[in-house]
This record gives sequence, C-alpha cells and structure tokens, in this order.
Amino acid sequence: MDVALWIEWIIKALILVLGLLTGFAYLTYMERKFLARFQNRYGPNRAGPFGLLQPVADGVKLIFKEELIPAQADKLIFMAAPIITTVPALIILGVLPFGGVVNIMGREVPLSIAGNLNVGVLYIAAITSISVYGIVLAGWSSNNKYATMGGIRSSAQMISYELALALSFVGPIMLAGSLSLADIVEEQMRIGWFIIYQPIGFVIFLIAALAEINRAPFDMPEAEQELTAGYHVEYSGMKFALFMMTEYIKMIVVSAIAATLFLGGYHLPFVTDQPWGVWLGPFILIGKIILLLWGIIWVRATLPRVRYDQLMAMGWKVLLPIALFNVFLTSVIMVLFPNWFSH
Amino acid sequence: MSFVKDTLDGVKATFTGLATTFREMVRPPVTIQYPEEKRPVRPRFKGRHVLKRYDNGLEKCIGCSLCSAACPADAIFVESAENTDDERYSPGERYARVYEINMLRCIFCGYCEDACPTEAIVLGDNYELSFTDRRSSIYTKEFLIEPVPEGGKATPQKVEPGIYTRSVPAMKDPED
Repeated sequence: MDVALWIEWIIKALILVLGLLTGFAYLTYMERKFLARFQNRYGPNRAGPFGLLQPVADGVKLIFKEELIPAQADKLIFMAAPIITTVPALIILGVLPFGGVVNIMGREVPLSIAGNLNVGVLYIAAITSISVYGIVLAGWSSNNKYATMGGIRSSAQMISYELALALSFVGPIMLAGSLSLADIVEEQMRIGWFIIYQPIGFVIFLIAALAEINRAPFDMPEAEQELTAGYHVEYSGMKFALFMMTEYIKMIVVSAIAATLFLGGYHLPFVTDQPWGVWLGPFILIGKIILLLWGIIWVRATLPRVRYDQLMAMGWKVLLPIALFNVFLTSVIMVLFPNWFSH
Repeated sequence: MSFVKDTLDGVKATFTGLATTFREMVRPPVTIQYPEEKRPVRPRFKGRHVLKRYDNGLEKCIGCSLCSAACPADAIFVESAENTDDERYSPGERYARVYEINMLRCIFCGYCEDACPTEAIVLGDNYELSFTDRRSSIYTKEFLIEPVPEGGKATPQKVEPGIYTRSVPAMKDPED
C-alpha cells in the first residue's frame, strides 16, 4: 500500500467523477439535439457555437435559482435526499474496466479503478439499490402527499425491475464464470461478444435498465409532474439539478454496463489486439456508450409513456419469467455443450 | 395464443415507431432560423398600418376620420385641417393634420382599411413592432406615412389652383 498506489487511485477517481459530470452536462445537450432531430427541428443552437454552451447556461440558471424548503419539511432529510440519490450513481463505475493495462512511466497501471474486484457485478446491483432510498426519502421529506406517492411509485418501479435486471446479469456471469467485470471483458475477447450468446438477455437488460433509471417510456415518476406530482416537485435550484444529474448519470452508467457485459467493453476485434490498441480502450468504450445513449434517446423520442399498472404488470408478469427462462436456457446449453465455453 | 399475438403486434408496433422517428432524423429540419431567415408573409397579411400617397406625391388621406369611426378598439385619432393651394397635402378640401394610432389598442382587424374611402390607410407587411415604453406605442403620421414615390414631390406642395377639386378619386375595384 504505497503512496504511488494511493495517488493512482485518487487520480483515476477524479478523472472518473469529473468525466461523468462533464458527460452529464453534454448528455443533456446531446439529448436535446437528438430529440430535436427526431422531431424534425434543430436543437439549441443559440448559446455559443452550435449551442455548445447551453449546458453552461442551464447550470448557471440553476445555481441562481432560489432554494426553497417547504415549511413543515424534514430539513435534514430534504437536503440529504438528493445526495443519497446522486452519490451511488457516481460510484458505480468504479468497478468498470476502461481498458487493459498500460505502462505509464515504468509503472503498470490498469485502466480502471477496481476492475479486478472479484464481486464486481454484485457491487453494481447493490449500489443501484441504494439510489432507491434517495427517491423515497425525497418524496417523504417534501411534506407533500403527491410527492410521497410519486416517490413510493418510483421506488416500487425501480425495485421491481431490479429483479429482471439482476437476472439478466446472470447470463454473462455464467458465461464468464466470474463476477469480476475485468474477467467478463476478457472472456468476450476470447469467445466473442456476449450479445451473440445472450440476445434475450440483452433485450431484457435494455428494458429493465430503462425502467430502472426512470426513463421513457417508463418515466412515470417524472411525468407525474404533469399529472399530479413527482418526487422532486418541491425541489428547486441546485438540489433539483442534482436529481437531474442522477438521471443522466444513470443513463451513462447503464449504457456503460450494457457495453461491458454484452458488447465487449473496451474490446474491438482487430484494434485492441495491436500493441498500441490498449490506449484506445477507453475511447472504444466511450464510443459504444454514445451509441447506446443514442438508442435510449431514440426510444424516448418514439414511445409513449407506459401506465403505472401496465408497467408493474410488465415487470413482474413478463420480464421476470423471461429473465428466468433465459437463465434456465443458458445453464442448460452450458451443461449440454461444455466444450463451447471451457475456461 | 392471443397473448403471443398481442405481444408480437406490440413488438411490431414498437419497431414501426422507431423506424418512423429514424426516418424523420435523416430528413432536414423544417425550422426557419429567425431572425436570420424570415418567412415571407401571405397576401392580405394584416401588419403595421401605412398611409399611402398618390404617384404625384400627394397624400391619399383626406382626414375624414371614417377609419376612426370604424375602429372597434378606438385606436385611431384624426384631426383634420383645410388644404390651401399654396400648401396642399392631399387633393380635396381636407387633409389629416394629426393622425395617430395607438398600437396598444389596435387589434389589426382591418376595419379602418375597409372603411377608408380613398384607400389611404392600408395594413402592410411589417410585423416586427416592439417598443420599450408606452409613449412610443402611439404611432404618429410621420411614422406611418409612406415615403414619396419616384416622380412625385414631397408634401406640402404648391399647385395651380383649380386642378385638385375632387376628394375621392374614381377608383377601380380592389383585386385582393
């Protein structure tokens, strides 16, 4: 446990968090531009060249807004809830491998913070569950019946789809034989991307992930602001910005996990095998993440919102059985044809 | 069995929707980038008022204030004065010495244009009419009158007596 290792961790963590925050800001820009293009119009193009300073303008606006705390609200929890929601979203990517091992100034540096963690996927599932607390607490501490109901509905939606999500993780885990994300990516480098072996798993992951991050067409908690209220109705200014941050960062995180578990992570067939290919790893992963984010925005532009009872019915009565069937099918094939997946 | 059919119909509908939005993405947007590009106005567009002139430069407005009487919002104020041959503003006996339209009252209905016997007040194409204080919402005659056309002289004009005796000219029916 030498100082160099600590410095390495701190630098990597800083790069990750700052990268996620910048990514969040420009993801809002990218979403507005893409949504606009899907709707036959331009997006923001006035704030700076091509509208590139729009996130800065939005950030400055939110900073200057008045911070309102409702009268009978539980102050401590009211202020803590956005933080409880945002921090887990930021730290999930600690176990994601961004690349192989590079040599910086004579030191072998793996391009990830804790990619070799032997319970990586379990860590992801666990940390995703903590965000649910933030939402319920936000709804409760607002001292607003509608916010409470919105928060409870949202948390019910999230924990229902977490089951299908975690079951869709099981396929790649069985194929790789390990919970560690670095092992999963290495296995994909060996036998090919897991989307070929787990097409059903990939589809289930995408649907469950969209429901997990409260994103269209499952964005009932957000839309309820039009209908009655959502869990962040009483929030203003920077606390509201934190909730928005959570949603967009979770979009990035979920895309990153999908890219790692099913689309090969930082691996591209002929590029990463080259000696200089190791440095391209993070960029390849970012390219895949952007592609998946574009897909998420595409879905938001297209599909209408799912009604809450249809949503819960779909989570429990459709996705969960299909996810269980996927696990069953994968394990049966692995038992019948052990030579395909020898490791 | 209908469960499977419903599911497959749902999947097919989802993909049709996704294809539709994707198709819209590859088409160019229909936005017009105002204020750099402006959309041309339609014919008979009711924009800002213009007080017209004849080709020789004399104003068409004879100060009869029929427009003021017709205005449903009471936005027009007309004060007329008598023409002399030394100082002639319009053919006929009278001209409008003061002509003001309060743009905060005007509803751009075009009744003044319909009521005018000489086709003096018309609603033109200008729609960019912002002002920053209430005083400048009163548009005066100097602001509304159109510039002197080619070949005409500015008013007031000094003319030969006896030529301009008829206030309301013989006009053709309007085409639009």
